[in-house]
Amino acid sequence: MPAYWLEAFVVALGLLLLMMEAFGNPASKELIRRVALGGLIFVLVPFYFAVAPSEDNAELARFYAYDNWAIFFKLLALLSTILVLFMSYDYRGVLNQFTEDPGSEHGTGEYYALPVFACAGMMWMASAQDLVSIFVALELVTITFYILVAYMRRQVGSLEAGVKYLILGALSTGFLVYGIAWIYGMTQTTNLEQIALQLSSTLDNPLASNPSGLLFGLALLVLALAFKVGAVPMHVWIPDVYQGAPTPTTALLSVGSKAAGFIVALRILEPFFASEITRGQTTMIILILACATILLGNMAAIPQVNFKRLLAYSSIAHAGFVLLAIAAWHPGSEKSLSTPQVVSLYLATYLIITLGAFFVLVVIRGSGETEEISAFDGLAQRNPLLALCTTILLAALAGLPLTAGFFGKFFAFQVAITSAATTKMLWWGVGIGFIGVAAGFYYYLKVVRAIYWAPPRDESPLVLPRVSRLAILGLTALTLLFGFWPNPILWMIGG
Amino acid sequence: MTLFLVLLPLLGVVTILLGSDPRRTARITSALMLLSGLSLAGLWALGVRDGLSIAPVVLSTPEIRLGLGFYDGMSVVMVLLSVLVAFAAARSGECEDRHARLWNISILLIAAGAVGAFLSTDLFFFYAFHELALIPTFLMIGILGRGDRKQIAWKATIYLAFGSIVLLAGLLWLVSASGSSTLAFDDLLDSSIPVEAQRGIALFLIVGFGTLVSLFPFHSWAAPAYASAPAPVTMLHAGVLKKFGLYGLLRLYPAVPAGMHAWLDILVILLIGNILWVGFVTINQRRLDGMLGNSSVMHMGYLFLAFAALVEAGSELANPIAKPAAVLLMFGHGITIAMLFGLTDRIERRTGTLELRELGGLASKAPSLAFLFGLAAMASIGLPGLANFAGEVMVFLSGFRGWDPGEPLGGVQIATIIALWGLVISAVYMLRAYRRIFHGTEVPFTATAADLNQSERGPAILLAFTLVAVGLFPNLLLKLIENPEDRAAMEQRTIAASISAASPASPGTESPTTDNQ
Repeated sequence: MPAYWLEAFVVALGLLLLMMEAFGNPASKELIRRVALGGLIFVLVPFYFAVAPSEDNAELARFYAYDNWAIFFKLLALLSTILVLFMSYDYRGVLNQFTEDPGSEHGTGEYYALPVFACAGMMWMASAQDLVSIFVALELVTITFYILVAYMRRQVGSLEAGVKYLILGALSTGFLVYGIAWIYGMTQTTNLEQIALQLSSTLDNPLASNPSGLLFGLALLVLALAFKVGAVPMHVWIPDVYQGAPTPTTALLSVGSKAAGFIVALRILEPFFASEITRGQTTMIILILACATILLGNMAAIPQVNFKRLLAYSSIAHAGFVLLAIAAWHPGSEKSLSTPQVVSLYLATYLIITLGAFFVLVVIRGSGETEEISAFDGLAQRNPLLALCTTILLAALAGLPLTAGFFGKFFAFQVAITSAATTKMLWWGVGIGFIGVAAGFYYYLKVVRAIYWAPPRDESPLVLPRVSRLAILGLTALTLLFGFWPNPILWMIGG
Repeated sequence: MTLFLVLLPLLGVVTILLGSDPRRTARITSALMLLSGLSLAGLWALGVRDGLSIAPVVLSTPEIRLGLGFYDGMSVVMVLLSVLVAFAAARSGECEDRHARLWNISILLIAAGAVGAFLSTDLFFFYAFHELALIPTFLMIGILGRGDRKQIAWKATIYLAFGSIVLLAGLLWLVSASGSSTLAFDDLLDSSIPVEAQRGIALFLIVGFGTLVSLFPFHSWAAPAYASAPAPVTMLHAGVLKKFGLYGLLRLYPAVPAGMHAWLDILVILLIGNILWVGFVTINQRRLDGMLGNSSVMHMGYLFLAFAALVEAGSELANPIAKPAAVLLMFGHGITIAMLFGLTDRIERRTGTLELRELGGLASKAPSLAFLFGLAAMASIGLPGLANFAGEVMVFLSGFRGWDPGEPLGGVQIATIIALWGLVISAVYMLRAYRRIFHGTEVPFTATAADLNQSERGPAILLAFTLVAVGLFPNLLLKLIENPEDRAAMEQRTIAASISAASPASPGTESPTTDNQ
């Protein structure tokens, strides 16, 4: 079975869900939630039988890659969407408050159908290897998110977030198209393999003598991708949108959408890093972005008092560490992982930990009216188990060893230090990265401090809903497991 | 088999989480750890090597293994120290019932982290286990500490996190400069790293490990933290966990001998700071817990002195007593300080105060407490016949090793002479405190104090027995440290290093290793 059937199936599932919303019971969306979840979980089965599209189908094979990266990032997209749908299960109380007929499920059906479309888009992005198909898949994801972010239409914060996301999203789309046009103008192709071929030789190559047009196009593409992954200077939307959007949407933005952005970044940047013509400048651009992103993400996170905003800045900071690994492009050897492997490993561990943290946030939000860090005060007395899991997840976000979060940072630094032997300027990235990690300890542990040291404002025990309980326990267990045995992730990315 | 030693406390944690009685579980677990630690060390001393260590691969590129086993005699001694102190710590201090789970889980986690770090034969787990032990330490200070506990815990967290990150940077640099495809000590220590890189790595290691061992001027977190933390945590941290830093320096030293040599002068100045500066700070302490905390920082200076002697000589062959001296003193100091802090907690529970001028005449009320505290205090000063004396004498000898009476005194020799005066400082504050607390007339605070009961006496007697046994027969440990197999392996390594250093491929590599051949 050719792999693109997977995306076709997911899109069909989404259409089916929209039909169910239009013609089904308006008062209960239970069935839609279940079908969406069941359908996505079912897709994992044909995943096993999927193969690359055959060479006969040349017109499609040109657009569609099915390699280790594609498999891994498709899986990442699927898993994050499935977990986010689980998350919306316990979030439905909050969601229902701010849609029409507050308190009822009227008009909330699309909220469970749209993530399926976003998932299809992210899965296609994992395979796209032509600038045009990248653009189409990216827009599918982005447009879906315009709706999801503003979904709580009776809440000003959500609407404001939607508008901000829309404006900056449109701007970055503009950059993307403009960049594609420049690249096409310089290379006469939009296919990444062809571009790689053109960049591979320096002899008699007009691009080698004057690469400035190409680099300009690349800079525009990098800007557009920086919007997707939340890197400086296109990060300004992140804190407000993360804070305003419904929490499951924030989680999907922060994990799925970001991961999809990074796979596209890897695919687009690979030919530019491989080529003698552009390697130096590409490294420079990405390194500057990485340093700025790490610094800004970590420093701005320090004074935050809202946990969701804290996670937003933390997500910027993590994007910075991934960018550092990309800037230190390394093809891999027996001594160290390649950059795509490091990025994959980082994002896989990041998915587990961040979704765990968002599940915790949903529970906290469900038990009170606020998402401030002070809502965690005295959590250790209200629910010791949740307090322990939250501590482990936060420690993992900070990158403490024996949690999964350590390995991502460990390898990002390792690949940077390895490449720094030849590209001296990477030492700047390493130095700034360590400052960022140190700052990270401070602001993540600030929450741990609230959990254990602050007296609770509300003495009543906090009851964990069943779905969240399972998810938080499972994700925490995985965080610990991958903390001392990361090899399974490496098997998946073919290491 | 050594895996068992790490799994035991973790199993204990799980059973407590599942609902077993926290106190009993922690006590039983620590007793089992002591038994298995002793028997594993015994097997090792008898020459058994097979089956003691494991190293399953947890990551294939670069190869990281869950390597656990006795890397050399130093590991054995440190593991023995850990299980002894963990046994005593699980039986020290008292907590309210509602904190019993947190309290005992923390003790077991710290013990697991310490044992794991000393058993690791792979750099990754060596680092990771130490971090594992730090987190419960912070939580315990922050939740159950005394005084301004949040501020103190926060300060310790910031300092130790800073140390850990600097250390991590150094370790990563070490791995990448060594060109090794694994993180196993065997490969890292065999590699030849260019001198330029060695210098940078050594600086990171000194600052990183130094902060963890409270090297002057990175020491100011330690004394308040020890004064504030609950007794078992202080015992485990001051007695065992803090030694991780020095253990790490000694362990990784063979990879960067020339780099360390570049910082020798600064190291010597800093360790004198530990001994003199902190020594005078200690004399001025008015509370017993603050005094003990500072004295433990001060004594780290002696350990660094042994390390400096090793660095000056350039290899373990050129100064064969420096490393055993450091290990022996680490062991002695760990047992002593754990005993002192454990008994201090007993004093506070009896009298309700630790202000030195409010105490007096406790000896007549609690003779066995007075005797055991006195024994530990004497050991801390360095009375012959107790473990610390053997360690300190060896440290001072190692400082003058290789020095010819004809030459002028070098930095390490001057530091050694100053360190001898440090003994006087220790004697002043220890004896003064002892007199204030136990001698003189009874005061209201001590009037109703009772002597140690059976269960309180047990752990202290075990530690006291260890101090005397090692003090009278230091060879018990020295034989472990100076294992003939190690020696052969070490010679091999040194020869290999000197060959690579002398090869024309690395001109200008003035490795001190070759100078002393």
